[in-house]
Amino acid sequence: MPETTTSAPPAPEREKLTKKAITADHPTWCPGCGDFAVLASFYKVLEKKQLDHEKIVTLAGIGCSSRFPYFVNGHGAHFIHGRAVPLASGISLARPDLHVFLFGGDGDGFSIGGNHLNHGARKNINMTYFIMDNFVYGLTKKQTSPTSPIGFKSKTDPTGAIDQPVNPMKQLISAGATFIARTHATQVKHMMEMIERAFDHQGFSVIECLSECVEFYPDVFDPADPRKGGSFDVIQEKKWDNTPEDELRHDVTDELAAYKLAQLPFPGVFGVFYQNDRPTKNALEKKWIESTREKTGNASDLEILQKTFDRMK
Amino acid sequence: MSETPVQPGNGDSGGAPTGATTATSGDVPQVPDASLPSAEGAARTTTAALQPASPPSAGAARTAPAASQSTSTPASERADLRPENIQDAVIRLAGNSQDGIQTAGAFLARLAGRSDHDVMTYMTIPATISGGPSIFQVRIGSGEVLSAGDEADFLVAFYQHSYQDHIDFLKEGGVLLYDSDNVEPNFDDKRFVYVGVPITGLTIEALGGTAKDKGKNIFVLGLISKIFSLDVDKLKKIISEKFAGKDQSIVNTAMMAFQAGYAYPVGKVLTHQYRFEHLPKTTGRAQITMDGNQALAYGLIAGGVRYGAGYPITPWSSVMEALRRELPKYGGIFVQAEDELASVSLALGFSYSGYLAVTGSAGPGISLKTEAIGWASMAEIPLIICNIQRGGPSTGLPTNVEQSDLHQAIYGGHGDSPRVVLAAASVEDCFYIAIEAARIARKYSTPVFILSDTSLATRIEAFDEPDLSKLMVDPKPDLSPRQTFKPYPVDAITQHIPPGTRILDGKYPLLSGLEHDEMGHPTGSPKLHMVMTAKRRNKLRKLAEEIPVPEIYGRYICATSIHCPTAWKKSSPSSNGSSPWR
Repeated sequence: MPETTTSAPPAPEREKLTKKAITADHPTWCPGCGDFAVLASFYKVLEKKQLDHEKIVTLAGIGCSSRFPYFVNGHGAHFIHGRAVPLASGISLARPDLHVFLFGGDGDGFSIGGNHLNHGARKNINMTYFIMDNFVYGLTKKQTSPTSPIGFKSKTDPTGAIDQPVNPMKQLISAGATFIARTHATQVKHMMEMIERAFDHQGFSVIECLSECVEFYPDVFDPADPRKGGSFDVIQEKKWDNTPEDELRHDVTDELAAYKLAQLPFPGVFGVFYQNDRPTKNALEKKWIESTREKTGNASDLEILQKTFDRMK
Repeated sequence: MSETPVQPGNGDSGGAPTGATTATSGDVPQVPDASLPSAEGAARTTTAALQPASPPSAGAARTAPAASQSTSTPASERADLRPENIQDAVIRLAGNSQDGIQTAGAFLARLAGRSDHDVMTYMTIPATISGGPSIFQVRIGSGEVLSAGDEADFLVAFYQHSYQDHIDFLKEGGVLLYDSDNVEPNFDDKRFVYVGVPITGLTIEALGGTAKDKGKNIFVLGLISKIFSLDVDKLKKIISEKFAGKDQSIVNTAMMAFQAGYAYPVGKVLTHQYRFEHLPKTTGRAQITMDGNQALAYGLIAGGVRYGAGYPITPWSSVMEALRRELPKYGGIFVQAEDELASVSLALGFSYSGYLAVTGSAGPGISLKTEAIGWASMAEIPLIICNIQRGGPSTGLPTNVEQSDLHQAIYGGHGDSPRVVLAAASVEDCFYIAIEAARIARKYSTPVFILSDTSLATRIEAFDEPDLSKLMVDPKPDLSPRQTFKPYPVDAITQHIPPGTRILDGKYPLLSGLEHDEMGHPTGSPKLHMVMTAKRRNKLRKLAEEIPVPEIYGRYICATSIHCPTAWKKSSPSSNGSSPWR
């Protein structure tokens, strides 16, 4: 990577990164929206990690949840609908020193941006992508979303949705994402654990978080909320302790086992479905740059271009 | 085997040669020994429509020579002919795309570049997946060459279809050099000089029968070298360089084919040989030879562009191929994205991260990128978008040239989305315009279009080597901490700071596609929308004040002319080779 300059006078000592420092505008979400809990959990993880404030980058496409960057005081951008993954890819590839966080909803991620989700996953570009899935288009006021279940009555399906919904876990597994987890906005402790593990993972990390739209699809996630009479079933991961119980636990590196978990009927299970340490595109490009630079004898930019032009005389 | 109206070496039989010779007598015998073994080609002797060097006032004006003279010159009497000085010739090679005519043409172009001549090429790309008819035209001149020529002085036809499709592009009095193994011309058409050479057979003979169809291009190069008295040593060096790093046998084979062509007794069938007049360059700089897309790619590199993303589409692909190959040498990355939408978004990510980036395409892909380019206008992100135009609308004519995307470039976004549009005038200009695009994009934090087209993309020209030491731009972003920062000040041109920059007052900027206030936070205020729309528009007014007035070529015949506030500039290459931009 070309080097960056930091030739200015030394900056003052850093203060501790606090929730106050990273809080920006008050969210425009509806009272009771699941996304508030996601935001609060994100603040807490940042506080816990004590990252350098200026290296936090939050990005988003379009949707209710994609308003996220406005509510985080840090470098960030609010991009166009569905294209946040490639935007984030550019930042991640050029600037390995930054922490790239991407936020969006089910429409942004699985519908208009579906192709980018697949290719970001396939290329394993290093970023943490949080998808707040509410099974409905909220910003445009109740149209069918790619994750709306069959039968869901919306303004675009007044007699009930007829199209097979996307299964986010299955799609992410087959696309090649290297960290795939599922959580629920009402389960803050679990959600924080997932954010932290996704952040720690090197590669394309995706969390699907069921986040209720209280306005247009209320109560849909109650079956996964113990306080509403549901059950929040967490995936028991293998501890590799050679006990008989461990036999029954989930191996997160087993793609087929992950796929089987993804087949469970709604509300399914929560936790890390799949994780592997396949090399990132960031690392592979870096390797290629290093070997190419070596072949040039680590010449200066001017020398390399001059040499190229000399061959064209 | 073709009809052979005249047997070589027996020029006084089988019908009187048509045409005329205007060569003055001289003391340099250039015509090979007339007693060489039979060449099987047809032979008619005449002069070609090549422009004589004199009178000196001829300049760039091209006059058809008189074709009425009919003095015949038997081969045996031609030993006293010497090459005629010419200033300009258009040579069209017509064959199939797998024949390597592009390679042969490119050799001629590079030779011209190394010999202080001006050169411009034109090629067609067959729309078929593999093979198909294709031409490569080279115009070499001793003065300034401003077009690749509509008509050829010299046509090489490898096949019957090449002959049929292109004979009408041969000037009256021009020379048709044809492969007599494959082509049967209509000799009743007295407008042309017919030179038949069994190119296929002689190439196979020269290469020992293993070559099949390979090597004909280099054989023809040998023939052309002889006819135009080209510098054979230089040419051989260029051929060797091209195949350097490959098996030595490839170089040897090429040299054998070249020698066979060069040694062919073409003097028996063509009374004239030519020589490009040598007018030494005054700039003292060596010439480099490349095509428009290469010049664009290297210009971007010189301008400090280290990152980019694209999706393959004709005729843009060769820019992205070059950048994908070259950028890692400079520590950068070019990403082949999953689609056009992703590629422009990746480029915006690169730019936002502090490294001005490039994306590009042809018309269909630019249509797809349009929404994100609007974001670049709104969020005020520097970005370079290359549109290597082709025939449209829709998929249109993927391999043909058309310049029909100007309005799309200027007005292609929804809402008021100011951008800068530049158009390259020549191959040299592709290089400098890329540097200029990078400068403007950075200074005004705006998307900048570079318009090129199929013809310019594939055209080879020679131009004075740029002084890279004065041109290279350092791409390092400035991450030095700031006390405070506003991304969208109403009274100043936006200059973003890259993420990773500490802001000591703790208020970080957000880049937004929503209408926003000075800190980037969304607003629905009509008043603020007016203020911000004016802010985005005004920076182009500032730009218009600093750039020169466009040069106009030819007569005013346009129905509409587009001026400010969109900065539209067609630059021109200056004859002394210095950048028209500085």
